[in-house]
Amino acid sequence: MTTIDASALFPGRATGDDPAQEPAAAAPGQAGPSYLTDGTTVWSWIATTDHKRIGVMYFVTTVFALAMGGAFALLLRAEHLTPTRTIVDAYTYNRLFTMHGIVMVWLFMIPSIPAAFGNFLLPMMLGAKDVAFPRLNLLSYYIYLVGSIWVLVALWMGGCDTGWTFYTPYSAHSPSAVVPTVFGIFIVGWSTILTGMNFIVTTHTMRARGLGWFRMPLFVWAMYGTSIIQVLATPVLAISLAIVGVDHALDWGLFDPARGGDPVLYQHLFWFYSHPAVYIMILPAMGVISEVVPTFCHHNISSYKAIAYSTLGIAFVGFGTWGHHMFVAGISAFDAGAFGVLSMLVAIFSAIKVFTWVFTMRAGSIVLRTPLVYFFAFLFLFVFGGMTGVAVATQSLDVHWHDTYFVVAHFHFIMVGGTLTAWLAAIHYWFPKVTGKMYSERWATLGAVLVFGGFFLTFFPQFLLGNAGMPRRYYDYDPVYQPLHVASTIGAFILGAAMLLVCIVLVVAIFTGERASANPWDSRSYEWYAPSPPPKHNFDREPAFGRGPYDYAEPFAGAAEFEASPEAKAGTS
Amino acid sequence: MSVRAAAHFEDIERQEQAARLGMWVFLASEILFFAGLFALYFAYRSEHPRGFDLGIARNTIAWGSVNTAVLLVSSYTVALAVHELRRGKPVAAAWLVGVTVALGLCFLCVKTGEYLEHFREGIYPAGAGAFFAENDEPGIKMFFTLYFCMTGLHAIHVIVGMGVLVALLVRVLRGSIVPAASYPLAVGAVYWHLVDVIWIFLWPLFYLTPGGLQ
Amino acid sequence: MNDWILWLLDLPPEASTYAAGVDCLHFVVITTTVFGAVLVFLLAVYWLVRYRQRRPLETTATSSISLRHEIALIGGLLSLFLAFWVVGATQYNHMRSPPAGAMTVYVTAKQWMWKFGYPSGRASMDILTVPVHRPVKLVMTSRDVIHSFYVPAFRMKQDVVPGRYYTAWFEATSPGQYAIECAEYCGVSHSRMGGAVQVLSDEDYARWLGGKEFDAPGARFEGSVAERGDLASAGRDVAARRGCFACHTIDGQPHIGPTWVGLFGSEVTLADGTSVVADEAYLTRSMMDPQAQIVRGYKPVMPTYFGVLEATEVASLVEFMKSIADVTPTPAITLPRVAPEPGTGSRGSLP
Repeated sequence: MTTIDASALFPGRATGDDPAQEPAAAAPGQAGPSYLTDGTTVWSWIATTDHKRIGVMYFVTTVFALAMGGAFALLLRAEHLTPTRTIVDAYTYNRLFTMHGIVMVWLFMIPSIPAAFGNFLLPMMLGAKDVAFPRLNLLSYYIYLVGSIWVLVALWMGGCDTGWTFYTPYSAHSPSAVVPTVFGIFIVGWSTILTGMNFIVTTHTMRARGLGWFRMPLFVWAMYGTSIIQVLATPVLAISLAIVGVDHALDWGLFDPARGGDPVLYQHLFWFYSHPAVYIMILPAMGVISEVVPTFCHHNISSYKAIAYSTLGIAFVGFGTWGHHMFVAGISAFDAGAFGVLSMLVAIFSAIKVFTWVFTMRAGSIVLRTPLVYFFAFLFLFVFGGMTGVAVATQSLDVHWHDTYFVVAHFHFIMVGGTLTAWLAAIHYWFPKVTGKMYSERWATLGAVLVFGGFFLTFFPQFLLGNAGMPRRYYDYDPVYQPLHVASTIGAFILGAAMLLVCIVLVVAIFTGERASANPWDSRSYEWYAPSPPPKHNFDREPAFGRGPYDYAEPFAGAAEFEASPEAKAGTS
Repeated sequence: MSVRAAAHFEDIERQEQAARLGMWVFLASEILFFAGLFALYFAYRSEHPRGFDLGIARNTIAWGSVNTAVLLVSSYTVALAVHELRRGKPVAAAWLVGVTVALGLCFLCVKTGEYLEHFREGIYPAGAGAFFAENDEPGIKMFFTLYFCMTGLHAIHVIVGMGVLVALLVRVLRGSIVPAASYPLAVGAVYWHLVDVIWIFLWPLFYLTPGGLQ
Repeated sequence: MNDWILWLLDLPPEASTYAAGVDCLHFVVITTTVFGAVLVFLLAVYWLVRYRQRRPLETTATSSISLRHEIALIGGLLSLFLAFWVVGATQYNHMRSPPAGAMTVYVTAKQWMWKFGYPSGRASMDILTVPVHRPVKLVMTSRDVIHSFYVPAFRMKQDVVPGRYYTAWFEATSPGQYAIECAEYCGVSHSRMGGAVQVLSDEDYARWLGGKEFDAPGARFEGSVAERGDLASAGRDVAARRGCFACHTIDGQPHIGPTWVGLFGSEVTLADGTSVVADEAYLTRSMMDPQAQIVRGYKPVMPTYFGVLEATEVASLVEFMKSIADVTPTPAITLPRVAPEPGTGSRGSLP
């Protein structure tokens, strides 16, 4: 694959799927033991402040959340095989789609890339030893874990049936377990805020000497923009959900029209968070793509500043678009127009990124590996999904589409077609760095193709269902919609099987994969200067900050230096 | 006296910079946490100006003002504590932090007294209580529900702030916060100032501005 | 042309005046979407092949997308999106502005049914009967949670919110039955909260007005809400029963509150200096939330009627006010003028 042999540390033979179980039989290299072998007791994992281990712990937890949310999704799709009852009753169906949304949004999607990959990579990309507040980082993980468990408790208590949006007044009177559910999300929210705060401070204060703002890998910019949204939007969600909980538990009626309240105001507060939250989910995905494309095209990103500034543009303009969720909720025509035009503007920032990625391919030296296959899936699904976003932000069209399957299909194109695909690209791209192993390229590519096919078959029919007028959150439906529903269900099961295949390929690779070199993809980004897997303090030689992370005009700077003695590891800047 | 930075920081200056920036970012988050309730307040007040005016008139300006004074003085004492610690006087600093905590307690006592008074008058959250049977102006129930929510949430922040200050007090007394690196106390003080600032906004909204009421 | 669009996009039939325009925009936007996604993808595939790696570890010369290209792409795309916005916003504003002279139907939603009240005093459940080619204005409220009135064939949708009265309108273009769906999740039977709009030709509608013909089987009728004929005359009884006449007159004299004669459709000046047209939305809001929009010169003394007035009573009152919109004021006796002269009332009013 590549001639660069970084003779990275290899954690030795593995005995269990939990990396903590791996024996500390690593060959002693120049850099000391890898982060996986530096302490092998369970305690050394659960009390770790190493950002890489915390990242791995987040990753494992979010995978469980994805599996749970995915299982709910398959049950929902199975229910829709027939127009009336197939496997569950209406109340169970309502709780299933609610818990599917809650688990996917708050337990999987929001921490999936930022908390797992961000934690692992952010300090490495900054040439730092750790994040600014390592203990707070660990605390954030446990807050997330407690919140997630609380959501599970809510599920055990029967779950919640309000939809993940918790619209009042229904959420104030729903017979289901609203209070524990919102409490769980409330807790998870504080984890999100603290992680965002930690990343912002890390980016500002932990950059290595010689690493200016415009030499940071673009994934860092994505994390930075995401963190701003996390810090500024999540507290508004926290207070809104706290009020929903108080209204449900104590009947304080803060949104109750009979006591002078306004249910539409809740929607304003909710979407003030939840629209930026969409960018919490998609910006990190864009960051991953901005790393994957230059690496596999072996070409500099075609416009670094376009990506960096459009990230900030999305982060800030994204706060002014929430009203496009409310075109039929009774906002004034003027407000609707203003939100509509701002939504068009925010779409432009995404378009800038797409052009930049595609133009990066021009005059490159492109190697089609699994992460790039996922990029191609991402490219099609994200552009299609993004353009349907422009479509639903077009006011008169949204009147027909609002709360139909068209909207469901649109945001799944972005959230699954975009974020999940980028998440899979990230897993495959950084797999050698995180585990020190290589996976089977052939099987991984097959997995990627199946994910794309299954996804497309699942959600494309839903656009047509929405056009035909099928509202979302419907348990029963008109039999004329059945063929499209069946197609969607078949697609969902293919997608589920594909995810399982991806999982198996990667788990097998952990045990039997070839050793990975430090820089198997011949990337220029800073994390590849570290051994695979990295030692506890990340680097035993300084990355070439002076050359920047996208300089493909010269060979990889790490190779020659690494051949040299440990003393010759001075920075090249 | 030299102070060593934590292992992952280059030097103590960067560590201090990180701690300060972290607190300011967190405060931005806290402000938006309250912003949700402020949004509710302004939306509902514009819909029910008269109910809110009547509600404000029910609150005792004197108590609200006493509490404002208490918090302002406490902000001054905690700022002075940071100053004294930097000048190398940890004992004076410890005393001043102690006074700040005592003032926080004083604030909570006054607030509790006000709540009890409201309960006696039959004013409870959610529009419950005898008071609302006689005063059914639209919006007055919402005013008092918001009053209890916002001052209650603020009181929780006062309690958390006092906890933070007590922890810092212990560290100052133990000598683990030293004049050369006094920033943990300074960062804690910034949090306490936020608690103060939020009250500065609650005070006019719940005590001082009964609109055009005659 | 449009039939082909309907088939291609799997859209329901077009049965309202604005549906065809919406579908045209829909077609243009979706075609652009598909075209854009395919074009970008094919460009990427072309470059993937064209610039595939020839030998391992090749280096490539640094090259950037030129600023001119970037600006052209962004400018072009932004113009396209703004064009969508201009057309979409224009259509949207048209869809939200009921034409003058539309017939009004009062809609009350509750878990899980729709109730329709007609000015004639007739009421129906789940089946809304309207004449073809006449604009129909819906004045809608909910008794419990938020619902959404959605008629796919009309391309119309409006949330229905408790404590508020929202208006929406449509003009049906061909007779037939068109499904109503609730589009805002409202609880366990959300998916069964359906109904139909029954659009009748003029002759059929005249026969429907006369009797109960054309009522679809299964339609549940509550009969007439009004004991005496139409909603407007029921409104007079409601106003008397609910004590409205203590403050409002129907002979043209201002009293504690403004007179109702000539009120509907007129422009009233509010205490804050702005003015609004006294339409259904304003009148219903004044009943539910009287302090929100006080007419200049009057004291804010009206209590809220939220939770007091039934939705049908609200409908009756509005219809009653409409019926006396162009009556010549004929004061029988001169009432004491309680309100201060306009312009001097700012002391008593609120900011």
